[in-house]
Amino acid sequence: MTKKHANWSPYDNNGGSCVAIAGADYCVIAADTRMSTGYNILTRDYSKISQLADKAVMASSGFQADVKALQKALSAKHLIYQHQHNKQMSCPAMAQLLSNTLYYKRFFPYYAFNVLGGLDNEGKGCVFTYDAVGSYERVGYSAQGSGSTLIIPFLDNQLKSPSPLLLPAKDAVTPLSETEAIDLVKTVFASATERDIYTGDKVEIVILNASGMRREYMELRKD
Amino acid sequence: MENNQRLKLKVYTSLSFPLSSLPRQTPISSPFSHFSPVQYKRVPLGFAKMASSVVDLPPKGGFSFDLCRRNEMLEKKGLKSPTFLKTGTTIVGLVFQDGVILGADTRATEGPIVADKNCEKIHYMAPNIYCCGAGTAADTEAVTDMVSSQLQLHRYHTGRESRVVTALTFLKKHLFNYQGHVSAALVLGGVDITGPHLHTIYPHGSTDTLPFATMGSGSLAAMSVFESKYKESLSRDEGIKIVVEAICAGIFNDLGSGSNVDVCVITKGHKEYLRNHLLPNPRTYVNPKGFTFPKKTEVLLTKITPLKEKVEVIEGDAMEE
Repeated sequence: MTKKHANWSPYDNNGGSCVAIAGADYCVIAADTRMSTGYNILTRDYSKISQLADKAVMASSGFQADVKALQKALSAKHLIYQHQHNKQMSCPAMAQLLSNTLYYKRFFPYYAFNVLGGLDNEGKGCVFTYDAVGSYERVGYSAQGSGSTLIIPFLDNQLKSPSPLLLPAKDAVTPLSETEAIDLVKTVFASATERDIYTGDKVEIVILNASGMRREYMELRKD
Repeated sequence: MENNQRLKLKVYTSLSFPLSSLPRQTPISSPFSHFSPVQYKRVPLGFAKMASSVVDLPPKGGFSFDLCRRNEMLEKKGLKSPTFLKTGTTIVGLVFQDGVILGADTRATEGPIVADKNCEKIHYMAPNIYCCGAGTAADTEAVTDMVSSQLQLHRYHTGRESRVVTALTFLKKHLFNYQGHVSAALVLGGVDITGPHLHTIYPHGSTDTLPFATMGSGSLAAMSVFESKYKESLSRDEGIKIVVEAICAGIFNDLGSGSNVDVCVITKGHKEYLRNHLLPNPRTYVNPKGFTFPKKTEVLLTKITPLKEKVEVIEGDAMEE
């Protein structure tokens, strides 16, 4: 008699791709709106983007139940922060908080792959990219999720960023204008949808700049 | 291999005796792991008395599952067998008033990646017979190519048009021989001297004869269309419409299926292969400015060093002597 071990997993992967690009005075955060499991589409209109503070927006793929729990935990902590400090959390502070929240569950992780985008205290665009247990880095652009392996090489080619090891440290922000960055995001999602079965239906694009926040949508292939 | 073993065997539930009462039973879920080498030794009837002189070797024509057992052992030790290009697919077929219509999507996948956005899944078998394939792309291609050449030879031999049952028999015999390891799930359709025929063939070799059929990962989505819309003696245009709708159901609701719709209409003495009959998934965005790839590969050296000649080439006629 062979031993049969548990066949059930508390995790699922709901797919989807997230991208963020930082510019000199703006930040673009985008994610597709398809949620799927296995070969099935659960819904074609599910937002993976959540606004954590006035100038901090998170896009998350992975297991959407964990993502929801993570968003709830962060917004609760942000509420306490507002009561204690009477101000909105800055994006770099939110980045550290997200890392701590993820690492707190190091041995039963949130199955969530996040990119955090926003504006720092000087109004410069910033992007933070994470793994599931809280390792993070400030970068100029990033992609996470099922289509990231297709998207990152293309972004690398178009937006070569300076090495983080260079001295003196150089700005990681991309040289593109805001409209160019939005065009690039649209291209990247249309292309990822061509080859990744878990990316599609629609892309939601959030743009943060000095004048506030704005949302755009673009249709993607639905097959 | 891993996938095949997880495949449920199709079992006829109308069996009047329990399977366990069958003589020399082998477990249905995995026929190989319990196949002991003793069973190789098959003694031909006429030589029963000479049994002592029979050498302990697999007789001619018998199966050897040595490699299956070896592979199983290697997999247990942690060997990863290579993954295949699977056409996670929607394929369908239906019988209409004057023939058969086959349909297929055109996506081929390798895990979560789309390997081919516009592949052909409706294969040629004979001038009057075509076959849709789902499963491992190489297997569906190889098995249909092989059987179509067998049918061609058969036609040279008999001087008659091929029959659909002949193709069906060739296919199922081959698939049964390989015990499900050739992962091809097929929808076979054609019109011959005895009329229109539509069959489904499963990877283990069992077959069905049906008025409408679906196969592949999108088979449930497609069947929901057939079950609600199919009726007897459809016209050609009605038939094509339902087939296209069934394939589209697969394309849009099953992630393993996608891109375009291929259709093949076969009637008595005539066929129409409608490649890319419908293209419902155009690219949604193209950058209006195109792209620049700024830096060229740098030229470091322009000096050309000729290779030293090792052989002396003599001019002359090659056929001289």
